[in-house]
Amino acid sequence: MTATQSRPKTIINGQHLLAIDHLSPDEISALLDLGDHYVELNRQIEKKQSTLRGRTHINLFFEASTRSQSSFELAGKRLGADVMNMSVKGSSVAKGETLVDTAMTLNAMHPDILVVRHGASGAAELLAQKVGCAVVNAGDGQHEHPTQALLDALTIRRRLGKLQGLNVAICGDILHSRVARSNLLLLQKMGAYVRLVAPSTLLPADASRLGADVYRDMASGLDGADVVMMLRLQLERMDGRYVPSSREYYRFYGLDAQKLALARPDALVMHPGPMNRGVEIDSEVADGVQSVIREQVEMGVAIRMAVLDALARNLPGGGIA
Amino acid sequence: MPLETAIRGDATRRAYVNARLIDPSQDLDTTGGVIIADGRIVLCGPKVTAKSAGNGTRVTDCKSKLLFPGLLDMRTFTGEPGNEYRETLATASEAAAAGGVTTMIVMPNTDPVIDDVAIVDFILRRTRDTAVVRVAPMAAITKGLKGQAITEFGMLQEAGAVAVTDGNQAVSNAQLFRRALSYANDFGLLVVQHIEEPSLATGVMNEGEVATRLGLPGVPAAAEVIMLERDLRLVELTGARYHAAQISCAASLNVIRNAKQRGLPVSCGVSVNHLVLNENDIGAYRTFFKMSPPLRSEDDRSALIQGLNDGSIDVIVSSHDPQSADTKRLPFAEAEFGAIGLETMFSAALSVHHAGDIALPRLISAMTTRPAELLGLEVGRLAPGAPADFVIADPDKSWTVEDTKLRSRAKNSPFEHRTLEGRVLETVVAGRTVYAYD
Repeated sequence: MTATQSRPKTIINGQHLLAIDHLSPDEISALLDLGDHYVELNRQIEKKQSTLRGRTHINLFFEASTRSQSSFELAGKRLGADVMNMSVKGSSVAKGETLVDTAMTLNAMHPDILVVRHGASGAAELLAQKVGCAVVNAGDGQHEHPTQALLDALTIRRRLGKLQGLNVAICGDILHSRVARSNLLLLQKMGAYVRLVAPSTLLPADASRLGADVYRDMASGLDGADVVMMLRLQLERMDGRYVPSSREYYRFYGLDAQKLALARPDALVMHPGPMNRGVEIDSEVADGVQSVIREQVEMGVAIRMAVLDALARNLPGGGIA
Repeated sequence: MPLETAIRGDATRRAYVNARLIDPSQDLDTTGGVIIADGRIVLCGPKVTAKSAGNGTRVTDCKSKLLFPGLLDMRTFTGEPGNEYRETLATASEAAAAGGVTTMIVMPNTDPVIDDVAIVDFILRRTRDTAVVRVAPMAAITKGLKGQAITEFGMLQEAGAVAVTDGNQAVSNAQLFRRALSYANDFGLLVVQHIEEPSLATGVMNEGEVATRLGLPGVPAAAEVIMLERDLRLVELTGARYHAAQISCAASLNVIRNAKQRGLPVSCGVSVNHLVLNENDIGAYRTFFKMSPPLRSEDDRSALIQGLNDGSIDVIVSSHDPQSADTKRLPFAEAEFGAIGLETMFSAALSVHHAGDIALPRLISAMTTRPAELLGLEVGRLAPGAPADFVIADPDKSWTVEDTKLRSRAKNSPFEHRTLEGRVLETVVAGRTVYAYD
């Protein structure tokens, strides 16, 4: 049954994974199924696979990241690829090289998969147009972070058995969040009902036209929710330009036991990390029985293995067409 | 939310009868009276008479004088905390009581600024301890009134702030003001703006012939209209409730009318000074007539009265701003802006009525019911259950404003030495008489 045995099938159509927007519900389901497979594998003592043997996987991170980068690195290594991490510090980027020049230089080294994180929306798309290998968007500006949405979906599906029909409240800094955008798109494609909960200053323009219900207060936004997804609020946004202070944010929009009680009793609590305890989430809730935050990290490695595997199948010499 | 005052309700059942009773909230203008007990109105209307009051009720005959809800002044500056030598909450409240003002909304332009829940708590505690009328603060829109970062609207509202404003300063950064409107809207808070584009309002009086003759730099009406029009674009974008603290010219009035016609959640105020005075009153550089926005032309003044009459202007404020000799006894250009007004507010406003320009209920509504509606307060009306805050006044009694008799600690009244027609005789807060004319 599983894709690693004998002849791997194509499960997604594109050469790259740039955005949830480009995926069909079937492709998402197939990636989640493959993710399930890798969760089991990762729980075994022998985790090493040869699926990507001979492949070169480069992590190109223009923004500092510990967990995403190590998650991708581990995923590549467990699948047998040669993984190289390129961080911005000390690189030619710091010397003024443009994004495209960097990509062209790397491309000349014949990588098979390029995992990119960049602070500008559309950066992964631009790279994908310029290089010959597969590109995975590990977060571009305020646009998308597709593997985060996939790992969140995998976490929910494993816990609640489905995505269809669930009420998912995404709470916090929607305006600046690529996680929110990818999750919104994925969950809607899979038949879930999405609510966006935030103060008006952290909501994008025309948020209500994205197909989600928009709430300005936690009490109505969390009422009856199956999943409560909290977003990180960057410290520099709590100085009065978007939100007056961290204490006011915590008072009205931080997830504590009292607010969580408004959601369904078995509602899942999620956070993409890293958390600001006492700002967007209370420790009691973050560490409580409803929290699946650490499980999200586990699902992260599995889903990234699934993505790398799926993209490698579409590379020249990578499986059946 | 009940408003704080040092006055505690009186259990004695009292009746005030035989008055000309005006309550705009009930469309009342009739001979009648009120019955009060425990600091609240029990009954109000034409059926309240000395006979109907019942045994054990202490009856006061108002002798056909006016009886109307205590005035609510949406714009009072005090010096507490920080400049107590100019005015404290206690002295301002004494002046208010003498002027028939039973609720003062104090501005955040204090030292420290009312931009933190601790300062709101302080104001409310000092009110409970010292003020003979009700006091509620508006909190600052921006921290330290610096125009750079919004304050904790939600927590300030919970602490007792009734609206947000930067008082006598405009929030000039459009991005920040947009976010302030958005954020305030989430809490249903009214945003009150001093409409003046600071980069254009560098003068000291109305721009025009009078300023030119006096050799003083002017503030064009455009400084006000530009800020107002900008703000209304942002109101349209955010849907927030917006109140222009004071308009001073005919051009602003047209902008407000247009916005109201389009259904925007907009309201505005005018200071009593701008209804009664004009730029010519400055005369020989009299600094008590230096205020912001500046006194405008006679055409503007009559347009404002028209605006009040047709409902385009919602409220009349005192814009009470105590200044002392150190800030006023200076060459005109160097003196501070501002005039006191709590004690003369009603009498001065009444002169517009005496001139035949406005009906009494409409005038009173702009100082009672309408501001109470805008701020969501239970005062400003005489309906059963409302706080027993009201005024008895003689509309025809004339008196001369003498600085030595003013109760305000500061004496910068533009009505100094003027004889005004109409006098507050008694002011009642929570059923207790806090001022009686003698």
